Amino acid sequence: MADNRSSRRGFLKGTVALAALAAGGCSSSNNGQNTAFGDSVASFFQDHYQTMTPDEIKEVLARVERKAKRAHGVDIKCENSPPIANVEFGYVLNLSKCKGTRRCVEACVVENNCGRNHSLENIRVLAMPHGTMDLNKSDHFYDHKEVPKAGEWYLPVQCHQCDEPACVQACPVEATWKEHDGIVVIDYDWCIGCRNCAVACPYWARHFNWTTPILPKDEINLKTHYLGNRPRESGVMEKCTFCIQRTRKGELPACQEACPTGARIFGNLLDPNSEIRYILENKNVFRLKEEQGTQPNFWYFSDV
Amino acid sequence: MSEKKIRKKTYSKINFLQAFLSSSLNGGRLYWVWMFSLLSIALYGATAYSQQAQFGLGVTGLSDQITWGLYISNFTFFVGVAAAAVILVIPAYLFHRREMRRVTLLGESLAVAAVTVAILFVTVDLGQPLRFWHAMPFFGKLNFPTSILAWDMLVLSLYLLVNLILLWFILYNKFCNDSPVVKRYFPLVVVAIILGISIHTVTAFMLSGNPSRPFWHTAVLAPRFIASAFAAGAALMIILFQILHLTSKFRLSKGLIREIAIIMAFSQFFSLFLLGAELYNAFYHNTAHEISAHLLYTGKIAHDNLTISIYMAITAGLIACIMLFVRRVRENVALLNIASILIFFAIWLEKGLGLIIPGFVPSPLGEIAQYTPSAIEIKVTLGIWAVGAIIFTLLARITIAIEFDGLRHK
Repeated sequence: MADNRSSRRGFLKGTVALAALAAGGCSSSNNGQNTAFGDSVASFFQDHYQTMTPDEIKEVLARVERKAKRAHGVDIKCENSPPIANVEFGYVLNLSKCKGTRRCVEACVVENNCGRNHSLENIRVLAMPHGTMDLNKSDHFYDHKEVPKAGEWYLPVQCHQCDEPACVQACPVEATWKEHDGIVVIDYDWCIGCRNCAVACPYWARHFNWTTPILPKDEINLKTHYLGNRPRESGVMEKCTFCIQRTRKGELPACQEACPTGARIFGNLLDPNSEIRYILENKNVFRLKEEQGTQPNFWYFSDV
Repeated sequence: MSEKKIRKKTYSKINFLQAFLSSSLNGGRLYWVWMFSLLSIALYGATAYSQQAQFGLGVTGLSDQITWGLYISNFTFFVGVAAAAVILVIPAYLFHRREMRRVTLLGESLAVAAVTVAILFVTVDLGQPLRFWHAMPFFGKLNFPTSILAWDMLVLSLYLLVNLILLWFILYNKFCNDSPVVKRYFPLVVVAIILGISIHTVTAFMLSGNPSRPFWHTAVLAPRFIASAFAAGAALMIILFQILHLTSKFRLSKGLIREIAIIMAFSQFFSLFLLGAELYNAFYHNTAHEISAHLLYTGKIAHDNLTISIYMAITAGLIACIMLFVRRVRENVALLNIASILIFFAIWLEKGLGLIIPGFVPSPLGEIAQYTPSAIEIKVTLGIWAVGAIIFTLLARITIAIEFDGLRHK
């Protein structure tokens, strides 16, 4: 079946290579495709990330780097490091320590090359009035001179990397899926931009690139991952990937590193000696909107 | 089949296409004024769309909070119009109302136009429309059967295809002077009926299958969609058939219009009943779960205009429903037309913007956002409507020429 599909696609590609030749734009050889036109033709026929051969992926990664050079004038390195064996990521957030500084949001935007022009942020910190859990009473745009403000507590929300992700179920073209290490990723080159995943997500964790993201050249993070923080284009979804480009190399996600109060604990759920396992086993943890049935890998607890 | 016969068949197929072309290219002054106005509106929409293609969906009024708007509202509505063809097909073929059979071809023409419009509305809503082939079976990776949107794409294309085949089969055979035997295409009629109900059910499931959006997450949504689709579809047919009666050889019988009016009356009643059932659940208790409905109907925080529109829509729908249940009103052409127009716009508002937008307010994290369609969105929408009208005009003309004006292969 898979062979069938790729041969059909191969046929399609052949036809198009001919068409491209006929269009008189570029040569059909591989070396000749490094022009902007050649790259966009090749991008059009690019296969789904999970069906590409290692060689095809190598080609694609090089193309991503060329495109970033053309769009932003920087030399990024785009990798596709695979999941580490025996690792499944999870996150716990200590609500009594979170003071609403939003440092996590700022760090996330820079680390993940989020477009600055459309204020796309993959973490939202809600200011909650004391005594309620009703999200409809939250303040998303608090602008206090000093945090924390009396009578408020803070609830940071980002992708919960669910085990039964509603977004993955909703996508009509399988452009998003859950990796073996628990991270829900998007193939930005396969997403058609219908936003059905954003509609399905109960955590409002999916964000759309409404325009071409603008990135300040000197702030671009050059260490990128294909499924993570590589520069995106207009018309595709993005989300928190637990900083896949960092965490698959054993580093901490940028939000945890930036948190000044130590409210965030990221770790490997499969490691019995990890801090996250200790908290899950010894604290009164809970999950947000558990009744939605999506089985998040993101917990909250309160320590006081 | 002998070689001679085959050659004759091929020849007459070319002839049929020629007849279609000449019916499209020959018309009075009124026809050309109509077509040129539609073409210019369509082109106007196309220029607006080219801006959207260039700068991205950022040129719309949409946001991460309200991520679907005018386009998807129109999509749901026109899927309903397309599905409504079955209110002609079911009586004609399952209940053997022979006088209705001739009109079903116009119903199918309307279905083809409406499905095309629906497909265009989803297409312009895509961030990466050139990647459409990712959704094609075999070439791409259609997430079937998991994603309801994948189901929707599938049933919509099948419905379009089946209706085109039916139209072709019946018209072409009549054109060749051999009246098609119903038995030969009846299975396809059944498939079309099932698909007609399916397209709108699946579209409702696409919304109601989201526990994250309590406003839509109700089992009543699919039945409500079907009921309101039949009402709006019947309303549109009553208006269109009268226009065709005045401008072409098509003859509308009083009996037919009466039957459609009765179907419209019952559908509208049922649609309002289901809406009422929904409102009971929303307002009997004051739970956070129903906050979207509260915001919509009390107009407290966000969308004042939407609140006004939804009340206008419900009032218009109620008035029309009462009118239709009074025999003397229903059988008075002018009053029937008023009721039809009221129902058409009431349902466009109630099932369109009045259903899609409130589903996004508040956001799953409790944020209350605003949405106003941008000028570009409105232009593109008008353009797509014009395309639909062009398709219907062309199909209706060839249908009427063959079915009512005796156009035949010489």
